[in-house]
Amino acid sequence: MDLLSFARGPALQWALVIFLLGVVWRLTGILLLGRAPDYSEPRNAPAWPGAFKLILTRSWPKREFAARTAFGETMSYVFHIGLAIVVLGFAPHILLIQSLTGLSWPGLPTGLVTLSAALTAGALAVLLVRRLMHPVLRLISNFDDYFSWLVVMLPVVTGLMATAHAGPRYETMLAVHILSAELMLAWLPFGKLMHSFLVFVSRGTTGALFTRKGAAL
Amino acid sequence: MNDDQTLEQALLRQGVSRRAFLKYCAALASLMAMPASAAPALAEGLAKARRPAVIWLSFQECTGCTESLTRSFYPTLETLIFNMLSLDYHETLMAAAGFQAEAAREAAMARNHGKYLLVVDGSVSTGLDGSYSTVAGHANVDTLKRAAQGAAAIVAVGTCSSFGGIPKANPNPTAARPVSDIVHDKPIINISGCPPIPEVITGVLAQYLTFGAIPELDEHRRPRIFYGNTIHDRCYRRPFYDQGKFAKTFDDEGARNGWCLYELGCKGPTTYNACATVKWNEATSFPIQSGHGCLGCSEPDFWDKGSFYKPLSTPTWSDRAPLAAGAVGGLALGVAAAAVARHRQKRITEEQ
Repeated sequence: MDLLSFARGPALQWALVIFLLGVVWRLTGILLLGRAPDYSEPRNAPAWPGAFKLILTRSWPKREFAARTAFGETMSYVFHIGLAIVVLGFAPHILLIQSLTGLSWPGLPTGLVTLSAALTAGALAVLLVRRLMHPVLRLISNFDDYFSWLVVMLPVVTGLMATAHAGPRYETMLAVHILSAELMLAWLPFGKLMHSFLVFVSRGTTGALFTRKGAAL
Repeated sequence: MNDDQTLEQALLRQGVSRRAFLKYCAALASLMAMPASAAPALAEGLAKARRPAVIWLSFQECTGCTESLTRSFYPTLETLIFNMLSLDYHETLMAAAGFQAEAAREAAMARNHGKYLLVVDGSVSTGLDGSYSTVAGHANVDTLKRAAQGAAAIVAVGTCSSFGGIPKANPNPTAARPVSDIVHDKPIINISGCPPIPEVITGVLAQYLTFGAIPELDEHRRPRIFYGNTIHDRCYRRPFYDQGKFAKTFDDEGARNGWCLYELGCKGPTTYNACATVKWNEATSFPIQSGHGCLGCSEPDFWDKGSFYKPLSTPTWSDRAPLAAGAVGGLALGVAAAAVARHRQKRITEEQ
């Protein structure tokens, strides 16, 4: 079995099994946790619209802090949107999603996806430099932060290299790209990348709670 | 034709003009991606060349490689075997049969010991001491070892002799192996493909004849001049891939518009061959131009790399049970973890 067949075969299957097991485990474990009973009179009912509102409002920078957070948030937006374009807009990626879920949509031109990937890699690099240079960020960063950064950066860089025919032969580079994406999938539930799911849980819970208490969102 | 004559002498005797010969050399240089200035050198080399003896052994194969060779146009098979080479043994093309054929091979091997070119098509069976495939009572593997001893170089024609091909496909019942697994002390050129492009076979033979040395090879021992690029990179449908335009089925509008066949499983991106440039049948067409994706037939183990109709970015498997098991396992773990947490919360509350 060559490297590409391994990447498309058992490695992909195991990565997806670990991904599903980990994501379902963590989400179920958190969602089924016991909550302390709230005997107070709700100021607003129902509370769930507040959950959706907070998910949206917390995604946008607060005006009061805009000057201090603009750079970091801009870079984060570039990286997140760029990554979404690459993952959801590139035809071969859509085919993978379709083969697993049955869902499909039109792909974007390769040039646009390549540009997005390059911007994503650039933004990721800038964010790492910022993390290393910012005294507070450096202090609160641990292995999880750096490893999560690495497993996101690797598929982007190897994908760009495969597209540009840089490095080893294309089939090897493609296999390395797929393996790096599988590493990201397998790591996602167990590190900070799990925020891709938990961000909605935590913001939604906070939003619902605030709404019930009548706090401004 | 006398074997001591040079090619030019032989061609002149047969009425082939110098102009026609130069024209042929220019076409050959172009085919092998050589600069225009290389044509005179090629002509000079070919003109001085003497016909090398070629012994062609067929093992576990379907004769598709020989069928392909007979469809070479630059040069034609007739030109090749009557003017350029002395094809002393080829079971399909030779008139002799039985003991006479074997005697001719033995005589050619003895007469040209150390100088002949050994061409092999078909994989080599090694199971049961090679008894799955025998010719004239001799196992292919033994014939190959014996013939290789006196060969100047070996040309493995086709994916079967280059990489084992279809006979080596899982479960490989005959323990089929490529020539390079059997012979280790001779230069080997792999001309892979199922079948290989005829002009690639004849082009490599002509280049060997001209320069007396094997061409630059890639890591699979294939000539870089023909196997240096992927089908995808030279495909005329590549612009559609870059635009995100794909045929979804073999008869939809995309297919009729000639859009990229990636979604239909085309293996062009990982297949190195000259199909998209040299093409087939006098440069008429090639599989993708005919509307079917590339199967990747010039790559090792192409038969065992999953479905021909699954895109390269999709899994080679289709069994979803392990994924479902993973999700169910995660659910069980999550429920158990939540139960333990609730129990601890309750105990702490009671203690308070």
